[in-house]
Amino acid sequence: MERYDVITGNDAAAWGARLSRVEVIAAYPITPQTTIVEKLAEWVDKGEMDARYIAVESEHSAMSATMGASAAGARAFTATASQGFLYMLEMISWAAGARTPIVMAVVNRALGPPWNIWSEHTDALMARDTGWIQFWASNNQEALDSIIQAYRVAEDKRVILPAMVMLEGFVLSHTAMPVKIHDQSKVDQYLPPYNPPHYVLNPKLSEPFAYGNILFPWDYVKVRLAIQKAMENSVDVIKQAAREFQEIFGIWHGDLIKEAYTDDAEVLIFALGTVAEQAEATAELLRKDGYKVGVVKVRVTRPFPKPEIAKLASKVSHVIVIDRDISFGWDGILAGEIKATLHDYKVDTPVTTKIMGIGGDDILPEHIEKAVKEVYNK
Amino acid sequence: MSENLSDHLLLPISKPTKGAGGKTGSWRVFRPVIIEDKCIKCMICWMYCPEAAIEVKSRNEIPRINYDYCKGCLICKEVCPVKAIKSERESE
Repeated sequence: MERYDVITGNDAAAWGARLSRVEVIAAYPITPQTTIVEKLAEWVDKGEMDARYIAVESEHSAMSATMGASAAGARAFTATASQGFLYMLEMISWAAGARTPIVMAVVNRALGPPWNIWSEHTDALMARDTGWIQFWASNNQEALDSIIQAYRVAEDKRVILPAMVMLEGFVLSHTAMPVKIHDQSKVDQYLPPYNPPHYVLNPKLSEPFAYGNILFPWDYVKVRLAIQKAMENSVDVIKQAAREFQEIFGIWHGDLIKEAYTDDAEVLIFALGTVAEQAEATAELLRKDGYKVGVVKVRVTRPFPKPEIAKLASKVSHVIVIDRDISFGWDGILAGEIKATLHDYKVDTPVTTKIMGIGGDDILPEHIEKAVKEVYNK
Repeated sequence: MSENLSDHLLLPISKPTKGAGGKTGSWRVFRPVIIEDKCIKCMICWMYCPEAAIEVKSRNEIPRINYDYCKGCLICKEVCPVKAIKSERESE
């Protein structure tokens, strides 16, 4: 039965996996792990979830086991955060190349040193170039819903790529808010069982084989370009998945982006996750004082919504990108992507980067107001 | 070997086949040689050979080393319980 629970982002992500009927969960249960996998372990133990839970010895092994399960034809899930995510990175890259449509929840946390367990986006952005689809949740409901949508997209025969769903450490992961727990039959209607079009490592069905042996450069290029093609295909699949989700569940989180107050905006703010939600709340306040501010939540960073962003940016006099991340020696990471996009589409709207809230530092309305007023006073 | 399902899902798949990597016997520096008088036909060398280059026709016959594919790792020599396998340096 459909109901509302007041739960943390971690529990919401676990519900996303449970409602998606994942069959295998492999996880390393120690810091910086989250209660996502603890909740799933509890449900599997109580028999509330029909899944195999594999406790492994590291995040590197967690992704390896998840990949093996996916290649064997199971719907597989794992979760990690910050340092664990980086330790997993070698296998994260491999999972995309192996075309295993895994979904992983990533709790965004700052990287050490100094040791810090609060929110920052740099961890997951380090995996921009691995071939994973990247969703960013801005509230707990979106964390749950994006996991279900992510399986739809990842397993689509036009795509077959893994997807990660990000939720910010503490701001979402440890903050309880009302979340709609969907009716299982509705989720089943939206997300059919996984039916891999490529390999199933089942000796009863096929001859034994190995994946990933050495390829000479001329063949390697073809295999890697196929990932690029799948990424391009995923744009329409993500839009369709978001549309159909809205039809069945009545919830719209956006597709690759979500717009707020963009129709008459003079200044546009771009941001990821909760930062975009905070910017939206601030825009509402600023509009009472006559500042025509719009907000674009970038919900998906791979594939990057280039035409959508260029079109919106071309209609305003200034763009502000708030990055809860930093690429040392370069810029905010999202800002860099947006600047490159605008250059590609010959849009000459000026872009200001504001790096805010790294290491979990609060992003308050006055910080965003100050950034907007600076632009207006130029 | 690759399997082309479509332009966005191209997978390099390897299926086991004899000698896919060429005749790897040429890699050998030391050649294991079975001393037939000492062999007790226990088949331990056959079980341990990582290249499946030791061939056995029946339990009553002395195993034969396939020198086309034996890489000369000498694991067979190590595991032989009666020291019935010796090694000889390959000539240049």
